[in-house]
Amino acid sequence: MSSVPHRPVDLERRRVVTAGGLSLAFLWLGSGKANAFINPRHQEADAAAALADGNAPFAPNAFIRIGPEGPVRLVMPNVEMGQGIYTGACAMLAEELDVGMDQIAIEHAPPNEALYGIPLLGGQITGGSTSTRSHWGVLREAGAVARSLLVSAAAARWSVDPASCSVRRGVVTHDKSGRELPYGALAKAAAALAVPPKVTLKEPAAFTLIGKPLRRVDSPDKVAGATTFGIDVKVPGMKIATVKACPTHGGRVRSVDAKRARSLPGVIDVLEIDNAVAVVGEHFWAAKRGLEALDIVWDPGPNADLTTAKLTQALAERSQNGPIIPGRNVGSKPAVGRTVEALYQLPMLAHAPMEPMNTTVQVSAERCEIWVGTQVPVRCVSVAAEVTGLPESKIVLHNHYIGGGFGRRLDHDSVEQAVRFAKQVSYPVKVIWTREEDIRHDIVRPMYYDRISAVLGADGKPVWYGDHITSGTVLARWMPAAMGKDGLDDDVIECAAETPYAIPNLDVNWVRHDMPAGLQLGWWRGVGPTHNLFVIESFMDELAHAAGQDPIDYRRNLLAKGSRALGVLDLAASKIGWGAGTLPSRVGRGVALGSPFGSHVCLIVEAEVTPQGEVRLRRAVAALDCGIAINPSSIEAQVQGGLLFGLSAALYSAITLKDGAFEQSNFHDYRNLRMNEAPRVEVYRVESSEPPGGLGEVGTAIAAPALGNAIFAATGVRVRSLPVDKRQLISNGAAAKPVSADAPSPLELEHARILV
Amino acid sequence: MYVLDINGGKYSVDVPADMPLLWVLRDVIGLMGTKFGCGIAQCGACTVHLDGQPVRSCVLAVSAVADRAVTTIEGVGATPSGKKVQQAWLDVDVVQCGYCQSGQIMSAAALLAQTPNPTDGDIDAAMSGNICRCGTYVRIRAAIKQAATGNAEVLQTLAADAT
Repeated sequence: MSSVPHRPVDLERRRVVTAGGLSLAFLWLGSGKANAFINPRHQEADAAAALADGNAPFAPNAFIRIGPEGPVRLVMPNVEMGQGIYTGACAMLAEELDVGMDQIAIEHAPPNEALYGIPLLGGQITGGSTSTRSHWGVLREAGAVARSLLVSAAAARWSVDPASCSVRRGVVTHDKSGRELPYGALAKAAAALAVPPKVTLKEPAAFTLIGKPLRRVDSPDKVAGATTFGIDVKVPGMKIATVKACPTHGGRVRSVDAKRARSLPGVIDVLEIDNAVAVVGEHFWAAKRGLEALDIVWDPGPNADLTTAKLTQALAERSQNGPIIPGRNVGSKPAVGRTVEALYQLPMLAHAPMEPMNTTVQVSAERCEIWVGTQVPVRCVSVAAEVTGLPESKIVLHNHYIGGGFGRRLDHDSVEQAVRFAKQVSYPVKVIWTREEDIRHDIVRPMYYDRISAVLGADGKPVWYGDHITSGTVLARWMPAAMGKDGLDDDVIECAAETPYAIPNLDVNWVRHDMPAGLQLGWWRGVGPTHNLFVIESFMDELAHAAGQDPIDYRRNLLAKGSRALGVLDLAASKIGWGAGTLPSRVGRGVALGSPFGSHVCLIVEAEVTPQGEVRLRRAVAALDCGIAINPSSIEAQVQGGLLFGLSAALYSAITLKDGAFEQSNFHDYRNLRMNEAPRVEVYRVESSEPPGGLGEVGTAIAAPALGNAIFAATGVRVRSLPVDKRQLISNGAAAKPVSADAPSPLELEHARILV
Repeated sequence: MYVLDINGGKYSVDVPADMPLLWVLRDVIGLMGTKFGCGIAQCGACTVHLDGQPVRSCVLAVSAVADRAVTTIEGVGATPSGKKVQQAWLDVDVVQCGYCQSGQIMSAAALLAQTPNPTDGDIDAAMSGNICRCGTYVRIRAAIKQAATGNAEVLQTLAADAT
């Protein structure tokens, strides 16, 4: 990878591809390798893969397996972590293959970069809201190739023209004679045919699945509690372990006294690696009690005194003095005009997926078998090979349904750790992190320190803006070869360098400030756009206010007529009834607009701020243009859910450090929005025939600025740092006493007691 | 040795008295539908019923179960409210990652067994102990109402006759 030459950032090309966030980094890898991935027609490895996975006679490509009996087996190139991609991928395949959604059996893809690598990410990786965008053409073509071969096989058997045959629900019919053959009966013959050089895809008007609201293919098992997540794996002879790594990031184990732990019933082994200790038990409870009984002495290492205050101070100093890496610079700053300036700060964030990190591993002299839910299966194989010394061909990885990823499972640290422990024992071991371990050893979303300013013209419109971003970098660790010109991590400027607005001059720059060694930074739901849309769209609100203009009108006047961004702005404003009627005291509406991940989204949040400074979310109206909609039901769900994820973070979430350790540890101090706090969410869509945009992170990326702007509208207090500091929102001292008419229920009191 | 009544079957388990029911279900009996999320009764992923009452099994010592009937996600479909809730969850297409949904369904089924026609306030009170990181709350609320009334909730995109 290091031999890949750096290329200048090609913004025009980026607009064409309209990717976003994590995916952007990979567009100019330049080797052409990514484009070679995923050939939907035929792949040499397929014959071998088909043999290996149960002798399906017909395996025309990496995604489709048809045997004489049973359902059509579809191999999912991405992982399912809630985003609904299994349903979307099945719809794309089934649409062109002409089978029903109920005739499908789904399989997780094995690790195989050549077969399942994703062009937008340069590997077999699920992330960056790229799954649908990457596979929109590929999976439909894969389905069409298979259908064409099966129809040809039927036509040959009947000695008729393939064009005289039709297909419905996996049965080929010769229309004139009424003869019928199901796919299963044609599989063997179809496998012997040459793949056609060209296939024709359906016109959108002929779609029977794509564009229709589809129920998820994974729901029945999930509703019955029958889905096997990684944490649910059962392997014969398996033991359960739980771990504690040095609380101080970058620290190590100095010594372990395991005498008390080993004497406990059910404790089997105490294992040690450089920076962590594991206790293996007959069950999780024995392992956990054993872990609690260990006397561990840590060497805290170089970060023993590290605090969030020190990190913030270092970022601030670096922001003033650090070398500038150009992001995007157009025109020049005007010498005259009214200048508006602001400082925005965002905290480190954990992912806290509902399924805590876990990996099951069995290592022998000949082989290493891994059961895990991961967004990066091939990377897991590589690291297991490295740790065990076995060749990659001897690493067997079974991927699983994922109980929440949000970018956390784009890292494989927990898999590497589990393999290091498992290779010390002869039995299979399931390593489960406690929630405390999961949060304290998250690989966090970076903190950001952004100085932003703008010069307004006489009409109040910005004629220049400058965004001076200071932060660490995820990309430099995660895929260094993808760093851009002058060492730019493009994710850091995503959605700041390009806005939907016509602003003639701009300077968007980055100052790189690495975290101390041992404190790792990772992807997060929305990453760059989540950071930058908060800054840009909060600041746009400041500019509208400075210009004395309505925030919607102000934005509208900066958007091109007929643009997709204007379309969603107008739709959201009309659906919420912007400007019509009056709102109660301390209730406000805030708008935010953006074009993250190849989609366009406008969100309006209506929030009430109580005299005590509590923020109540009353309503959220989102308008979306995500191009062609594969599954409108899933789109609605993703925007609803992504929004709540973003609102949760904006209201409650920060990871802070003391003594080099994360201070948060569980859901009581790393809060998540609860049912009683969630607003009504409405999602409206602009119909579009553009290629599909990304969705998994769009709602998250647009949430915080709309919330902050609503709080400003309600209180006049500008939210320039996250999470929202409710102490700044208290209307006056006397208001801090309880309001009897709105007394909390006993349950709320109970929560309050636990949570406060 | 404890004898547990789980989903109508009897199970003898030889485990420590302080072992939470969650781990007895998962690691001893092998019922994996009940999930581990936090271990301190903050997220509700581990919710099961004891004689129909929702409890957080991650903090419930096995010795405290005694002869009360345990119902898990694997058995809740055999109860009238559980069956209705599971069907509504499918009709409304609630789940995303699905990891918290066992617990969500158990809380909702217990709510409907006690309060057949819950208000929004009832739903908030019964469900706010169950965290969903994917943010499926909007559809959870709709599904509970649909399970209660039998009437299809008006959803924005998902018509009652969708595939």
